[in-house]
Amino acid sequence: MEYITAFIVGGLICVVGQILLDTTSLTPAHIIVTFLMIGVVLGAIGVYEPIAEFAEAGATIPILGFGYSLSKGAIEGAKAKGVIGAFAGGLESTAGATAAAVLFGYIISVVSYPKSKS
Amino acid sequence: MDNLTNKEYQEYAKKKVPKPNYLKNSIRAFFVGGTICLIGQIIRNGLFRFGFDEKAVATGTAIIMVFLGSLLTGLGIYDKIGKFGGAGATIPITGFANSIVASAMEYKREGYIFGVAARMFTIAGPVLVYGIGSSIVVGILYLIFTAGR
Repeated sequence: MEYITAFIVGGLICVVGQILLDTTSLTPAHIIVTFLMIGVVLGAIGVYEPIAEFAEAGATIPILGFGYSLSKGAIEGAKAKGVIGAFAGGLESTAGATAAAVLFGYIISVVSYPKSKS
Repeated sequence: MDNLTNKEYQEYAKKKVPKPNYLKNSIRAFFVGGTICLIGQIIRNGLFRFGFDEKAVATGTAIIMVFLGSLLTGLGIYDKIGKFGGAGATIPITGFANSIVASAMEYKREGYIFGVAARMFTIAGPVLVYGIGSSIVVGILYLIFTAGR
């Protein structure tokens, strides 16, 4: 069951992005940052939590989920450790993915070459 | 052509740009984005079966998806997925990994410091700046709004 909800919710989120891409002059980079910020805001006001519980990977794999994880971490950090936690919490909750992106991104960039556009 | 104003030229150019096929693009984005999330769900359920808790599963799934996105970009496969799926390939976290590897690979000739390591963050940099920055604001606002309670 969770496979179906993940597929549909994840797919619908991407459709929203595609419509923005086609109807505005936003580039994919703008879309990524915009969706991230929407995720942060929806996470902060508590709207994204039920979506993430319902759709699981369908809500956490899109970049919205990265933003949600950042703001959720910051709030949890603030609850536990006050101002210091507010600073550290967002990065703490996304540290694994960020570190993986740095390491894997670097290694794979070094060992592979762009395919020639023939 | 010479006496067109800037505004007139923009309107002229707008008419000449082919209109995207909204429906086809949206359906493709839906299937590609949905499939990537489905793969994420399979990894997530697999990690739960190994006995990890919710937090470890969320982090582990993101790490594996980032790895897959980087690897497929290095192999030149993600480029094709992106051409077909549009935003369906951009919005999942694999697209974030793709943005890192794609630009780092492209600028390798500029060296390993200013080429690879710096260019990795052409898109990932703004994501981290706005993401981390706004998360701190959220944390501080939380403290301000709950201070009186």
